[in-house]
Amino acid sequence: MQIYLPIAEMSVNVFLLIGLGGLVGILSGMFGVGGGFLMTPLLFFIGIPPAVAVATEANQIVASSFSGVLAHVKKKTVDFKMGTVLLLGGLLGAAIGVQVFKYLKEIGQVDLLITLSYVVFLGMIGSLMFIESLGAIRRSKKSAPPKKIKRHNWIHGLPFKMRFRTSNLYISAIPPFLVGALVGVLAAVMGVGGGFIMVPAMIYVLGMPTKVVIGTSLFQIIFVTAFTTMMHATQNYTVDAVLALLLLLGGVIGAQIGTRIGVKMKAEQLRILLAIMVLGVCLKLGLDLVLTPSELFSIGAGGH
Amino acid sequence: MRVIYLIIGLFAATIASAQETVVSELSQDGVSITATFDGSEIFLFGAIKRDAPVNVSAGKLDVIIEVSGPPTETLVRQKERKAIIWVNAESVEIDRAPSYYSIAATGPLEELVTESERSLRNLGLDYAVRVADEADEEFREAVIRLHQKNGTYASEITPITLTEETLFTTKLAMPVNVVEGEYTVKTMLVRDQQVISTATSTITVRKTGIEKWLYDLAHEQAFLYGVMSLVLALIAGYGASEIFRRIRG
Repeated sequence: MQIYLPIAEMSVNVFLLIGLGGLVGILSGMFGVGGGFLMTPLLFFIGIPPAVAVATEANQIVASSFSGVLAHVKKKTVDFKMGTVLLLGGLLGAAIGVQVFKYLKEIGQVDLLITLSYVVFLGMIGSLMFIESLGAIRRSKKSAPPKKIKRHNWIHGLPFKMRFRTSNLYISAIPPFLVGALVGVLAAVMGVGGGFIMVPAMIYVLGMPTKVVIGTSLFQIIFVTAFTTMMHATQNYTVDAVLALLLLLGGVIGAQIGTRIGVKMKAEQLRILLAIMVLGVCLKLGLDLVLTPSELFSIGAGGH
Repeated sequence: MRVIYLIIGLFAATIASAQETVVSELSQDGVSITATFDGSEIFLFGAIKRDAPVNVSAGKLDVIIEVSGPPTETLVRQKERKAIIWVNAESVEIDRAPSYYSIAATGPLEELVTESERSLRNLGLDYAVRVADEADEEFREAVIRLHQKNGTYASEITPITLTEETLFTTKLAMPVNVVEGEYTVKTMLVRDQQVISTATSTITVRKTGIEKWLYDLAHEQAFLYGVMSLVLALIAGYGASEIFRRIRG
């Protein structure tokens, strides 16, 4: 069954979209990640214009994060104060990101920006995760105790100190603001929630306790992606509500299945699988940039 | 525009040959892009009207039907290798390029009409797509190639069946990725490689129903559309978590 997407202006098979949503949903449920960084490149691969894919994916992430954050609010594992600082940074970052996006779209380099960002970030995160989980597997075999996270680092020397009770932290507001801003830029440019950057940063840079990290990052992601959706909708007209809804339909079902699979697997195995997948997507996008394309010309939308 | 074409057509018909005129009719004069739009096929029926019997020595009779979509601003970009990666480098604005183009004819275009007729009427892709600077020929070819690849320019001429030199019919295929606007269908009667009569009609391609509503909302009420997309997302997200909570519970 084909459906015509009003904003992407193309006809796509409904079941392909629901299936893609489901597949990414399963993976995100298994690994506890948002899945935006997998969904957006998959949308490029099926021919959705990158600008539409990025903006629409932001809209979809609002839904999946909202669904996730509700459980964390009930369990009281959201640090609202920290979330708000991250959010303020995020809004600034997203505003900058959308403007950069708009400018590059006009000069015809937006696809390059998106692909490059993906290659750089996926490559970085994928390699780090891969090395880290390999190490974890070795350690678990030797059954040595894991390294303790340092609670005192350079961050404690910065001004504007604030008390974050839920996280049990007394640190400067500058680092979380900057982390939030970076994630905001990524949300606008890559159509991702940015959890894959924010979660490690919250644990290793800010030193937040692991149990509040996911809930707090989801809290930030909802508002930043909602803001990004609004910015893309009003400035670039690239949010496709029909596409978002279909991906969502598959996504929510997939996430539930994925969560159940994830429970049965070991954390290190999961992480190494995720790392391989991230590196795979990175490699594919990277090769597209480096290999000589079969068609050197493209028609840019002049009239839009 | 339609009226001008009609007048030109009638005028041309009068001086070229007083006795033969072409009339044509489409099976539908509109295409609606709905949620399930998957391309469309339009039939064209035509006939040749004669005031007097045709001279036996009159040359070969042919029919050409040209369908062209609304012209769009077309910017073509060329990728170049910078350092190790391929990036968009040079770009050229194409002066004239229809968003859709197809030809139906009783034979190959080059054999049916003279070169000067084609150039005069911009008939055929090599005349319909133009660049200002001859140095940009590569870009012009790219436009044609890319359009042909996604089906908006027909790669081959659609055959027309001409019966008894009087009746003809053909099928016009509108691909799924047509843009909105007025499509001009020009039916030309050719005798001795000269166009002697022209009939013009229009096909209007429009988004309708929910497609139109969403598209218009997204462009004219962008803020409202954004809010609507978010509300939908929040409802879907909340709904999903509630449903699965109940299933588990």
